[in-house]
Amino acid sequence: MGKVWVYAELNQGALAPTSLELMALARELGDVEAVALGGGAKAAAATLGKHGAKVVHVNEDAAFDDFVAEPATAALASLYKEQAPDLILFSFTPDSREVAGRLAARLEVGLISNAGNVVATGGGFVAKVPYFGGAKLASMKANKKPAIILVRPKSFEPSEAGGTAEVKDFKASIDEGSKRAHIIERVVEASEKVKLEDAKVVISGGRGMGGPNNFPLLEELANALGGAVGASRAVVDAGWVPYSMQVGQTGKSVRPGVYIAVGISGAMQHTVGMKASKIIIAINKDAEAPIMKMADLGVVGDALKIVPALTAAVKAKKK
Amino acid sequence: MTGPLKIVVTVKQVPDPNSSLTLEADNTLSREKEVVLDPGDECGVEEGLQLKEAHGGEVILVSMGPERAKDAIRKGLSMGADRGVLITDPQLAGADALLTARALAAAIKPEAPDLVICSTESYDGSTGMVPPMLAELLGVPQLTFAKKVEVDGSNVKVHRQTGDGYQVVEASTPALITVTAGIAEPRYASLKGIMAARSKEIKLIGLGDLGIERGEPAETIEGLADAATRKAGAVIEDDGTAVDRIIQVLAEAKVI
Ligand SMILES: Cc1cc2nc3c(=O)[nH]c(=O)nc-3n(C[C@H](O)[C@H](O)[C@H](O)COP(=O)(O)OP(=O)(O)OC[C@H]3O[C@@H](n4cnc5c(N)ncnc54)[C@H](O)[C@@H]3O)c2cc1C
Ligand SMILES: Nc1ncnc2c1ncn2[C@@H]1O[C@H](COP(=O)(O)O)[C@@H](O)[C@H]1O
Repeated sequence: MGKVWVYAELNQGALAPTSLELMALARELGDVEAVALGGGAKAAAATLGKHGAKVVHVNEDAAFDDFVAEPATAALASLYKEQAPDLILFSFTPDSREVAGRLAARLEVGLISNAGNVVATGGGFVAKVPYFGGAKLASMKANKKPAIILVRPKSFEPSEAGGTAEVKDFKASIDEGSKRAHIIERVVEASEKVKLEDAKVVISGGRGMGGPNNFPLLEELANALGGAVGASRAVVDAGWVPYSMQVGQTGKSVRPGVYIAVGISGAMQHTVGMKASKIIIAINKDAEAPIMKMADLGVVGDALKIVPALTAAVKAKKK
Repeated sequence: MTGPLKIVVTVKQVPDPNSSLTLEADNTLSREKEVVLDPGDECGVEEGLQLKEAHGGEVILVSMGPERAKDAIRKGLSMGADRGVLITDPQLAGADALLTARALAAAIKPEAPDLVICSTESYDGSTGMVPPMLAELLGVPQLTFAKKVEVDGSNVKVHRQTGDGYQVVEASTPALITVTAGIAEPRYASLKGIMAARSKEIKLIGLGDLGIERGEPAETIEGLADAATRKAGAVIEDDGTAVDRIIQVLAEAKVI
């Protein structure tokens, strides 16, 4: 069995949930170790242990929190030389992908991104990657060592395996030269009541909502259902709603019990972020829209009429 | 207070998003369809031009692709960029992200730019891995997901879009920036711009000129299968009962 590393992403001290998804996959692939960098790494190590990490390499230097990608790349590259894992798994998230990209170039090994699954075969690793607009699934073999594979969020369900990790403090050589892209301020704009990624019900609006002024209709429905509101990239790019609401390849991945797509055509880049939802309901005036081919229930009609009626019906039902 | 900026914008030619793709026998995407300058890179060109207008300097477009990728460069030149470099070589067909980044880095290095501007991800299904690799190979910091860029002397500051807002990130030049689609509305090329672009230089270079060998591919496609698709469920017209049906589904899913 090979040695598999999980790069545990920490966001200001908090372990990213996607890291635990990676742990669930990693346990199928080999002996699992994790690397956690920055504030909160030691606390995260306990959780990673419960999820199957035998060893967690930690370093709590503040440089990991304050500078984009480069200190983490330097630390991983030097630890790699010492430990030589066969596979390094990253989440396909903005922060992790920057580290993975730099590391792959530094180690001259390349990488496979956007994987939905990874399997171990005859000493190597093969990743399943959407191809050709998502209609095909390619099996991509990593030819170099270490294999670096980035896995789409929400591809796996985190689960505890029971166990305790041995926590190894390692010295990272973070030279001053890697402290360059400096995060000097963090501004929080989104103040959702329910986090999109964690919501049991997600109601997303697209261009078919007609304009930003109609988005409150979706919020009222979300409030009635205790859910959160998402959006397609088309309306984010148009400035109707903030990027924090975007679902899809370049936005958030969600896996709620129910996903309601309202006035969204169902482009592959959108559906890759929501197709793992348990139930999908689509409301679209076009019966031929691609989203209708994947919805459990497709309603052909005008969103601006159906949504308010639905909100009223949900409220009535709750009484 | 800022001196003139030397700006490289990477530009990729991609299949027209409005035309459909086809697969070649060797599993590479057919590029025989209509092709355009990547809409994301168009925003990169626009941002480069705005920085040049504010600070003076030069905007150089660098692309890797088949010879007809000249058209993508020409488009950027007609928007106002100064000159172009196209890395073109039969050996580069089907290049992966690392090889692409190596070729781009080798072509960009001799230019010694203050800023390299890429788009966060390319339009043809790619995944934004070229820019961080390119930053590493050029040995410069990366300022990514920028929805706003400010340059003051040798200091570059960006608003870096995040899942819940943005971060203010700064570095010294030289640096690589990736821009989001929202950063700047690309300008239309004027007739004058299109005329002027005809006489602007596009330098063609091959792998040999860059001293690069293709080497072993880092990953290979072993097989293609049809992706598992969700089955379509019921599709109903909204004849007045649709809301009841939705309520029924919500109740079955136990969310109400
Ligand atoms: C590299 C890349 C990354 C991308 N990443 C993402 C991503 O993360 N997320 C994402 O969503 N997209 C992404 N996209 C964009 C994606 O390809 C689509 O362009 C986008 O999802 C379309 O948004 P839309 O469905 O809202 O708009 P449209 O495609 O314009 O669809 C609007 C729909 O609304 C329907 N409609 C119109 N009026 C009404 C009405 N009154 N009632 C009901 N229905 C109505 C129409 O029939 C239509 O189906 C990406 C694209 C690229 C190239
Ligand atoms: N062949 C290429 N030629 C020029 N620029 C490229 C090329 N491939 C990628 N890039 C740049 O990197 C960005 C992200 O591409 P990708 O990593 O393929 O998603 C693109 O928008 C371009 O700015």
